[in-house]
Amino acid sequence: MKNFNFKSAASTKEASKLASGRATFLAGGMSLIPALKLRLAAYSDLINIKNIKGLSGIKVSSKSIKIGATTTHAEVASSKEVGKSIPSLSILADGIGDPQVRNRGTIGGSIANNDPAADYPSACLALNATIHTAKRKIPADKFFKGMFETELKKGELIEAIEFEVPEKSSYVKYPNPASRYAVVGVYVAKFNKEVRVSVTGAGNSVFRSKELETVLSSNFSAVAIDNVNISSKGLNSDIHASAEYRAHLIKVMTRKAVSSC
Amino acid sequence: MTVINLKVNGKKISKEISDSILLSDFLREKLSLTGTHVGCDTSQCGACVVHLNGNSVKSCTTLAADCDNSEITTIEGLSNNGKMHPMQEAFKKNHGLQCGFCTPGMVMSAVDLLKKNKNPNEKEIRDWLEGNICRCTGYQGIVEAVKDAASKV
Repeated sequence: MKNFNFKSAASTKEASKLASGRATFLAGGMSLIPALKLRLAAYSDLINIKNIKGLSGIKVSSKSIKIGATTTHAEVASSKEVGKSIPSLSILADGIGDPQVRNRGTIGGSIANNDPAADYPSACLALNATIHTAKRKIPADKFFKGMFETELKKGELIEAIEFEVPEKSSYVKYPNPASRYAVVGVYVAKFNKEVRVSVTGAGNSVFRSKELETVLSSNFSAVAIDNVNISSKGLNSDIHASAEYRAHLIKVMTRKAVSSC
Repeated sequence: MTVINLKVNGKKISKEISDSILLSDFLREKLSLTGTHVGCDTSQCGACVVHLNGNSVKSCTTLAADCDNSEITTIEGLSNNGKMHPMQEAFKKNHGLQCGFCTPGMVMSAVDLLKKNKNPNEKEIRDWLEGNICRCTGYQGIVEAVKDAASKV
């Protein structure tokens, strides 16, 4: 790990001010610290944002759940309000990494990092989330740009993520047995007017499956997707799974998700 | 360099440290608390688990500078006047260890589990210990130890 300066920000304003040059924000550090150790990343300054008041916490209304950026996965998983309003979101948070990662890792960090196999980005797309930053509100559909790439500008800090409450929803993943990252994970959410289906782990970034959404919008049942053709073109192929196997898993995970809605 | 003030195993500590030192290295090299082990150094094996403000965390993936004004408990802080913690007793009694390398992390993780779930079933114990890897025991004795400790804590 290359040496860096550790600074703590007391407000979002101060955090953005400190984040000039080769600096970055530090929340739980569950992705950032391993990346620094592997020298996949190097920064002059790490700006700790965990002491900023108002960045952590969960607000639930009948239409949405707003989760502060530095709220940990363990806090989301154990929130009774989240469990009651969007149970699939609790299940997702409870399945990230292991208990120690969940005690430390944050929702804002996960989304800002946009790992192609992370869980939370799929929730953002399926639950039509809005990403609140200090400057603007970004719809999830415009937020995830590609592998580890987002719409965030330099020094732009996520403050909260607001999820729409669906009629019903489910998240099912096929986890890598060692890392627990999703080989393929599918989040299905049924709203009054639309069905949204997002896929993580399969491509170079999370994406929505229009084919599955179209079919499930007219018939929301597991059998409805039997005849959908999921192309393996552009999907990841590695030692864990071929692109063809991932395409197959998308259907299997979707079927399971719809059945458990 | 930065100065941090924190409590480690109940003792107040103030130290000047490098901004980029990991909590695991700080505990082992600056405080000589070598009970916290570093196995993989990639936050997968769990040998380095300690409690940070009451929650189990991987100290190899936590910055010491990030622990300013917090309370840390390591494996050395579990025993009381030379008497082992019930979880340590249970690991000993139920053959929950062989070489002992993973044990400090296993014990710290298991103690955190019982704080959150007083009476976990076998599946809950196995799920919780997902971030702790043991290459000797096959986990059977460890799971038995946690069950045994749960009946006593």
